[in-house]
Amino acid sequence: MSEPLLHVKNLSQHFKVSRSYTVKAVNGVSFDIYPGETYGLVGESGSGKTTIGRSIIRLYNPTSGNVIFQGKDITGKLDRSVEEMLRRDMQMIFQDPMSSLNPRKKVADIIGEGLDIHKRHASITDRDAAIGEMLEKVGLSKSHAERYPHQFSGGQRQRVGIARALIMNPKLIIADECISALDVSIQAQVVNLMKDIQDETGCAYLFIAHDLSMVKYISDRIGVLHLGYMVETGTADEIFSNPIHPYTKSLLSAVPLPNPEVEKRRHPVAYDRKAEGVDYAKGSEHLIGGTHSVLATDEELARWTA
Amino acid sequence: MEMKNERTILQINDLDISFKTNAGIIHAIRGVNIDLQKGETVAIVGESGSGKSVTMKAAVGLLDANATVNSGQILYRYVDDYGHEQVYDLLQMSKKQLRSTINGSRIAMVFQDPMTSLDPTMTIGKQIMEGILLHKKASKQEAWDRALELLELVGITDAEKRMKNYPHQLSGGMRQRVVIAIALASDPDILICDEPTTALDVTIQARILELIKDVQKRMKLSVIYITHDLGVVAKVADYVNVMYAGKIIEVGNVNEIFYEPKHPYTWGLLAAMPDLETDDDRLVSIPGSPPNLLHEPKGDAFAARNAYALAIDEKADPPLFKVSETHYAATWLLHPDAPKVEMPQELKARIARAQKEAEKNL
Ligand SMILES: Nc1ncnc2c1ncn2[C@@H]1O[C@H](COP(=O)(O)OP(=O)(O)O)[C@@H](O)[C@H]1O
Ligand SMILES: Nc1ncnc2c1ncn2[C@@H]1O[C@H](COP(=O)(O)OP(=O)(O)O)[C@@H](O)[C@H]1O
Ligand SMILES: [Mg+2]
Ligand SMILES: [Mg+2]
Repeated sequence: MSEPLLHVKNLSQHFKVSRSYTVKAVNGVSFDIYPGETYGLVGESGSGKTTIGRSIIRLYNPTSGNVIFQGKDITGKLDRSVEEMLRRDMQMIFQDPMSSLNPRKKVADIIGEGLDIHKRHASITDRDAAIGEMLEKVGLSKSHAERYPHQFSGGQRQRVGIARALIMNPKLIIADECISALDVSIQAQVVNLMKDIQDETGCAYLFIAHDLSMVKYISDRIGVLHLGYMVETGTADEIFSNPIHPYTKSLLSAVPLPNPEVEKRRHPVAYDRKAEGVDYAKGSEHLIGGTHSVLATDEELARWTA
Repeated sequence: MEMKNERTILQINDLDISFKTNAGIIHAIRGVNIDLQKGETVAIVGESGSGKSVTMKAAVGLLDANATVNSGQILYRYVDDYGHEQVYDLLQMSKKQLRSTINGSRIAMVFQDPMTSLDPTMTIGKQIMEGILLHKKASKQEAWDRALELLELVGITDAEKRMKNYPHQLSGGMRQRVVIAIALASDPDILICDEPTTALDVTIQARILELIKDVQKRMKLSVIYITHDLGVVAKVADYVNVMYAGKIIEVGNVNEIFYEPKHPYTWGLLAAMPDLETDDDRLVSIPGSPPNLLHEPKGDAFAARNAYALAIDEKADPPLFKVSETHYAATWLLHPDAPKVEMPQELKARIARAQKEAEKNL
């Protein structure tokens, strides 16, 4: 395999809420993302998905661990060239397109912001041409450039968010629940668009979501988070056809499938970490085969694979 | 007032509702018919803005002040305190009448956000007891015991302790259980659930769905379940109404809708959501977005997004064509003179997979 585009090593992110209380949002999480692939991050709310995304793109300073992006360590203090590379090559798409787009700015200026900051274009005409092209690429039209975000539907706003991220021609796009607020039919449109763009530009995605069937569809590999720990990771097939961790199993069993004859008889598998006496801090990463690994103690692994 | 058959408990006839806004009149509900039989679960599924919530809010007198009911009936059948069967048109009752005789006590509603139904300043025990005391002659002690029983029924552990908690001390999933307990407190005939699990994690959603099915069996409830998630529909529904732009465009029993859908919009909804086997390069998506009902659509409201649209769709809105005793769809494709059209290949393959899977599980 080629060198990873992103290498996350033992990442921890703790928030000190008060003198006596610290939220351990992310604990020793490691994973790699290769150029052009889609890595899906799943887990219940509060499991640390957003925090990981934000730590990677340096909206937070990690408590410990390293994030290596295109061979450069981007934790700690960055020199200017690394900072610039990061701002250009890594972009984010957010869940709520409305709150992430400045309502007082025209769509052209929202999409062109990155270009303006990096002074990417020789003339205004070049810049406007690039913005027009980008609008068409995401399925909007040039004439939309002069409009404001509130004049768009939810699906269209998400396209604006994607256009803004894409115009920098990034290598990695962090998409945090970017389709969760959209209707299924519109979700399919946006996911198709994201796949087309990936085919064309070779960008990689960190796709954060809680809809497992969509994650399975779009991802090459998947990481399952629980309570800030990466409890299982592997290819989409490894995770879905051979889940080992009881949390992964309970998550998969909970997704209702559009198949009434099956769904009416199927019951979710419960997982009670405390009752099973599982302490994530005691586990270590066990390789199951291929890229499939599970967080467990030796004894737990024996029990779960028995 | 006539109901279709003796098992029907709620029957919505030709409901038509519009809203006055600064921008003009929004014709949100354009002739909706829905039947609910006693003890069964009917799902209403459709994209946001299709009119699911407005339809059911009309039944419980919760329409916004700018709403006008242009026509229609919502017939409700129940047995009164003297054992006589009564049929009421809920739309003819005042909000006050509804509140004193129907709302909460006979028809209870659970919304997406539990906080809209909970009082943040009152313990949850008190809130459940209030429902019991309001609708039933019971002593305080009896109400307390019943409240405790209900909390246990909805799967809250340490119920005794939880009685004294305030809503903010509970997680989102627990709050929704409490809201369900409150809804059940008055022993209603009908439970209307409006996207009750949409904001919750799948594992918690799964438990709440099991819970609703479980209580339904035990209390012989009839349930109307509003959702945009077809997976949820497959799990809970006996009958399904697919709604689009203020109309029911397909209705059938759950197997008919999932295994033999007839309307291109239903095809689109089913195909847009990947199953766990989908590895097609692209998802089948429905192009565009739902129409703005500020402007009355001409012909079939779905025509502009419909890859299978016929010339007639531009001119005339299709009626519901009969497919079976229980299955109807509003698409001109079912007209005897229409060209023969098949559902998308991807969907056909997926349904075949689903049915094979179902046989395996038998
Ligand atoms: N800035 C912050 N300060 C304190 N706690 C935080 C902060 N951001 C997130 N958390 C906590 O960290 C945990 C993980 O949150 P998050 O990453 O948002 O989870 P997810 O995106 O998986 O829902 C949660 O318990 C959340 O309350
Ligand atoms: N108070 C109101 N004023 C104006 N329009 C409204 C009002 N309430 C609902 N609508 C409109 O009615 C339509 C149906 O809404 P709703 O029933 O909430 O849809 P959903 O299917 O998502 O539950 C939407 O177009 C919505 O904008
Ligand atoms: Mg998040
Ligand atoms: Mg609604």
